[in-house]
Amino acid sequence: MATVTGDNHRLRLAVRYAVLTLIAIIFIFPLVFMVMSSLKPDQQLLADTGSLRAFLPVGDLSFDNYRDAFKRAPVGLFVFNSMLVTGVTVVLSLLICSLAAFSFVFLNWTGKGIVLSIILATLIVPFETIAIPLLLIASKLPWIGFDGLTFGWLNSYRVQIVPFIADGLTIYLFVQYLKDLPGELIEASRVEGATWLQIYRRVVMPLSGPVLATAAILKFLVMYNQYLWPLIVVQQESYRPVMVGLQYFFQLNIAWGEVMAYLSLITIPVLTFYLVLQRAFIASIASTGVKG
Amino acid sequence: MKHLKLTAGALALGTILAGPALAQTELTMWYHGAGNEVESNIINQIVADFNASQSDWSVSLESFPQGAYNDSVVAAALAGNLPDILDVDGPVMPNWAWAGYMQPLPIDESLIADFLPGPKGYWDGELYSIGLWDAAVALVTRQSTLDALGLRTPSLDNPWTGDEFMAALDAAKASGDFEFAFDPGMAWTGEWYPYAFSPFLQSFGGDIVDRSTYMTAEGALNGDAAMAFGEWWQSLFADGYSPGTSQDPADRDNGFVEGKYAFSWNGNWAALGALNAHDDTLFLPAPDFGNGPKIGAASWQFGVSGTSEYPEGAAAFIEFALQDQYLADFSNGIGLIPATAAAAQMTENYADGGPMAVFFDLTEAQALVRPVTPGYVVAAKVFEKALADIANGADVADTLDAAVDEIDNDIEANGGYGHM
Repeated sequence: MATVTGDNHRLRLAVRYAVLTLIAIIFIFPLVFMVMSSLKPDQQLLADTGSLRAFLPVGDLSFDNYRDAFKRAPVGLFVFNSMLVTGVTVVLSLLICSLAAFSFVFLNWTGKGIVLSIILATLIVPFETIAIPLLLIASKLPWIGFDGLTFGWLNSYRVQIVPFIADGLTIYLFVQYLKDLPGELIEASRVEGATWLQIYRRVVMPLSGPVLATAAILKFLVMYNQYLWPLIVVQQESYRPVMVGLQYFFQLNIAWGEVMAYLSLITIPVLTFYLVLQRAFIASIASTGVKG
Repeated sequence: MKHLKLTAGALALGTILAGPALAQTELTMWYHGAGNEVESNIINQIVADFNASQSDWSVSLESFPQGAYNDSVVAAALAGNLPDILDVDGPVMPNWAWAGYMQPLPIDESLIADFLPGPKGYWDGELYSIGLWDAAVALVTRQSTLDALGLRTPSLDNPWTGDEFMAALDAAKASGDFEFAFDPGMAWTGEWYPYAFSPFLQSFGGDIVDRSTYMTAEGALNGDAAMAFGEWWQSLFADGYSPGTSQDPADRDNGFVEGKYAFSWNGNWAALGALNAHDDTLFLPAPDFGNGPKIGAASWQFGVSGTSEYPEGAAAFIEFALQDQYLADFSNGIGLIPATAAAAQMTENYADGGPMAVFFDLTEAQALVRPVTPGYVVAAKVFEKALADIANGADVADTLDAAVDEIDNDIEANGGYGHM
């Protein structure tokens, strides 16, 4: 009897691992295809696409596509620009949105329900519908810098950062998470004489690791993949991000190997960021599931 | 004291030397060639030569990747951030001129008297843009294919008729040597469709819009000639002559070279690759479906933005760029057809006897610019969708009627695009 149970257990485990392995393969194959293709000359790359060879390091492999990608476009500059814009936006977004959520959850002020509803309503507004009005506003905004007072934010980092610091989704994530923190903690802190900012900084934020990771990853992906907005507000190459830079590779005769090399390079920061935060991200999803 | 004199002298000399540079008024210029090293080198060289050639103007160049260029220009126009000098795709120019993104180009037009018609960008009776090159499409095949199928070699003076063309496709199909007889290039979506395929429609006697008024597509895109074109177009796919809209882009790029297609409808930019693969490659003129053989015309051109305060400076640069040497440089660099016969003689490929000289002759003899109207940018997309739908089996009459309605609605919504 015990043997049958043990066999069943092993069988279930084998099936589970088989399914998980299959899912993992499905998810990882595009990445494998991208990296393998980046190492092959175009002719071979195209010939291999119809077979399993596309996923294997076979044939005439070299780093020529990487060398040529760097010749075709300032890849380092584009990655730097995207990382800078993304990094600053993520940090500021976590700060501003978590403060807003803290206010919505723990502070009592008139009309906060309506304000929160309006913020959540922005989730159903596609960015494309506000891109042009936003462009017109950004093109006239004042700025004080080394040149004194100037008007117009086009061709700058700030025009790629500021409009995306606060957003409904990030605020919503924080609100949902903070609502489930034990109210006793907050009340005890108030009784002890802590200010709201102290509670935010010393009580709430240290408990918010999972939601910080989730919000950071989602924001990172949105910002790193920005295309339309930088396309219309940045005309100078020195401020262009990676996704606009991808267009450098789509000439009349597309060099697919270089495209794959470029994509492999610009995927590294995304993967690294995810791997660093994945434990907290999974914890966040798991805890959400438990609550749900 | 000696040091003081030396310093004063150096300052004076520096001022004199810097004088012309300081006096130069800066002109900004946008160009669509980012990502193409050869093209970028040529345009940078022209800018450097111009800046060094005179003391009034200094051009500062910003390059964009082609896929992002038009959207960037439109956004910049909305934000009031256009440069002085723009480059513009020929068929898009009327839209930008109509929208005020461009102003008439004040150059000496005697300089372009010898230019091919395609590179001259006229709208509303005025010159708005001028190109240093043109592009052309040909029916690409191999002499060995014609010989094996027993087909005559068509010429500019005596192109294939529509019936001869279809007989050639029948022969290729019957031979069993090819996956498809004819590759029109369905994998290349976007502007390729109206650029490459509307000349077939025009050869049938139809058009994307009625060019006599530019106020409607009625009759032009759904009349008898257009219907005949639509039926023929659908038969290419329904009868198995051509790969459809699901064509693998890799096959589009390499299918002819690999022997999958007997005939390929392709541009001069792909000609060298075909020649390198098969030295008996031929570039044949478009077939004549009854209204004369036609191919598309007009490529990228230079113009002055509507907000430039220095149109005379922008015009000075453009006039400078029109030198035959630069036309030849672009041609040698990226394979384009030089805009003048003199420049063609300075090139490796388009000089008399050159491997691609036939493209210059094709452009001269068969080229027809796409409809010169601001509404073209919308009509082109409608046309593209209609052709894809017909290729996928949609009813020809219904599809063309719907396309006409969509184009007419757009013209009406935009007050006739200035054609009233």
